[in-house]
Amino acid sequence: MNIINIEHIAKIYQVGSEEVHALADVSLTIDKNEYVAIMGPSGSGKSTLMNILGCLDTPSKGLYDFSGENVSMMDDNELASIRNRQIGFVFQTFNLLARSDALHNVELPLIYAGVSGSERRERAESALEKVGLADRMTHKPNELSGGQRQRVAVARALVTNPSIILADEPTGNLDTKTGEDIMQLFHEIHEAGNTIILVTHEEYIAEHAARIIRLRDGLIEKDELVEKRFIPKNTGAK
Amino acid sequence: MKNILFEIKEGLLISLKAIRANKARSVLTTLGIIIGVASVVLMSTAIKGIDQSFQEGVASLGSDNIYIDKWAWFDNDIPWWEMRNRKHLTMDEFKKYKDIAKLPIAVAPSVNSQRTVKFEERSVQFISITGTDNNYINTTNLTFDEGRFFTELESNGGRKVAVVGSEIAKKLFPHGGAMNQFIKISGKKFKVVGVLEEQGSWIMGNWNPDNQVYVPIQNIFKYFVSRHSNSITINVRANGSQNVDATKEEAIGIMRRVRGLKYDEKNDFSINQQEGLLSNINETVSVIQIAGFLITGLALFVGAIGIMNIMFVSVKERTREIGIRKAIGATKRTILGQFISEAAIICLIGGMIGLGIAIIGSMAMAQFDFPVTVDADAVVLAFSISLITGVLSGLAPAYTASKLDPVDALRYE
Repeated sequence: MNIINIEHIAKIYQVGSEEVHALADVSLTIDKNEYVAIMGPSGSGKSTLMNILGCLDTPSKGLYDFSGENVSMMDDNELASIRNRQIGFVFQTFNLLARSDALHNVELPLIYAGVSGSERRERAESALEKVGLADRMTHKPNELSGGQRQRVAVARALVTNPSIILADEPTGNLDTKTGEDIMQLFHEIHEAGNTIILVTHEEYIAEHAARIIRLRDGLIEKDELVEKRFIPKNTGAK
Repeated sequence: MKNILFEIKEGLLISLKAIRANKARSVLTTLGIIIGVASVVLMSTAIKGIDQSFQEGVASLGSDNIYIDKWAWFDNDIPWWEMRNRKHLTMDEFKKYKDIAKLPIAVAPSVNSQRTVKFEERSVQFISITGTDNNYINTTNLTFDEGRFFTELESNGGRKVAVVGSEIAKKLFPHGGAMNQFIKISGKKFKVVGVLEEQGSWIMGNWNPDNQVYVPIQNIFKYFVSRHSNSITINVRANGSQNVDATKEEAIGIMRRVRGLKYDEKNDFSINQQEGLLSNINETVSVIQIAGFLITGLALFVGAIGIMNIMFVSVKERTREIGIRKAIGATKRTILGQFISEAAIICLIGGMIGLGIAIIGSMAMAQFDFPVTVDADAVVLAFSISLITGVLSGLAPAYTASKLDPVDALRYE
């Protein structure tokens, strides 16, 4: 079943008198429980595509259908709502609220979803347990290691049971070992039935996914299944 | 609806957290609002107090009274030099008027002189000594704490007796017992035969009976001022307010006759009324009001700009936070609400502190007999102006925040 279906989308920026085609013409579909990596060098339109897929931005042209809803025609509030309900973000720089503890950070999307206090707490706690941070709930981001921060971010992405997890260079700010732990976590999340879209420029990270979409100059250069997929072994690390 | 309440509640919690995180800055920012609200509340209660005292003071004069005087008290149409050149009103003229006038129920002459009043070691300066006769009391609404007004006998005989206002009694006799004591007015001994009840019309200044001493009029001329160099006032009480106009007309007729004015000559005296005073006072109060609110409004405005400024800084600083919030589902309205409630809370807290300061300030002012009380109205005023200021000053920064593009905001360093 398709979750994401985009047809001939383009994103055009006006820079001075020049038109920049960040995305020229991209069509793709992503099914439920897929694990897709989007790759490409800088300037390939990778970030633009991610912003559009994440409903942070709308395409200038083309159709974006997100499990039956036409995103390309949505206004800001509808986009906010679809981001809240359907998409879990994991960013390279974690993007946690510095002044709030881990629990509150994970609760935040539920606040915007209008979930009441006690249920919110319960769900946030269970999401933090899932990522192995049951004992770090009251810690603020600056009291956590990079890997732990990214786990909080993953818990925040998972807490609303979104249709897709959109991870933008999730290991970019982590050392190799911690990065590997996070990729292990993504693997587990994928195994649990979630759909993951991973944006990266590292071949080695991309190979954790089952499918790689390669972009160049705003076009899809290659859309292929990974032959030798890298399946992380459970190292038991948290 | 439930969702909006929920958002408001969450917005408030988020705002409180943000305020706590920037304590020093929030306190400094709030200072403007504290000062603004405190001054608005103090000003409004003070004006209310002034107005009330004015009204009470005027009422204590009696609405049935007219005052025949050389000077027009409130009429600005007659040039002052013209009034200055008028003849003094004399005791003779008073007597003639009194003989002829049919309508008044009481008539009394009065003349004032500023003197120092002493009792033993205590003294009060610049006290208005009113010289008058025994009928004066019937032209007023004055009431007594102790004793009585001087009698016809005492008045005609020019006896050295005095009736003192409550304020003077309090100052000279802090432990009471003024009756039958001898006070010295510019060195002359007068026996206290009556102490007035507090009239509370402090705002009337020299007019305030609380701050006056009444003595038989002969004494004034004998000891304090020359009969020839001072004009007297004729205090006239009409028989009820319905007769005030008739009494006034009669007084004009009689005075013109007494003065021997020809038909084409202007009145060389004035008939004064409480009404004139009242309209004068109302005018003054409204000028004070406008000026007061302009000044305090300015203070509040400066405070509001401070809030707006700091909110803009806050929005700028928290661009990334706004981006995060938007990315995970905060709508424009949520962000708008968050920043407006933050500004509103800062202002409300400031407003409450300002109100507290105003209450303390009004208590301090009350120590100096300034009639101010912070009442429920003032609390409502403080609440509403700080809330309105907060919302208004938060509006523009909050709107800026709500309009941020999530993609740009997330990328902001």
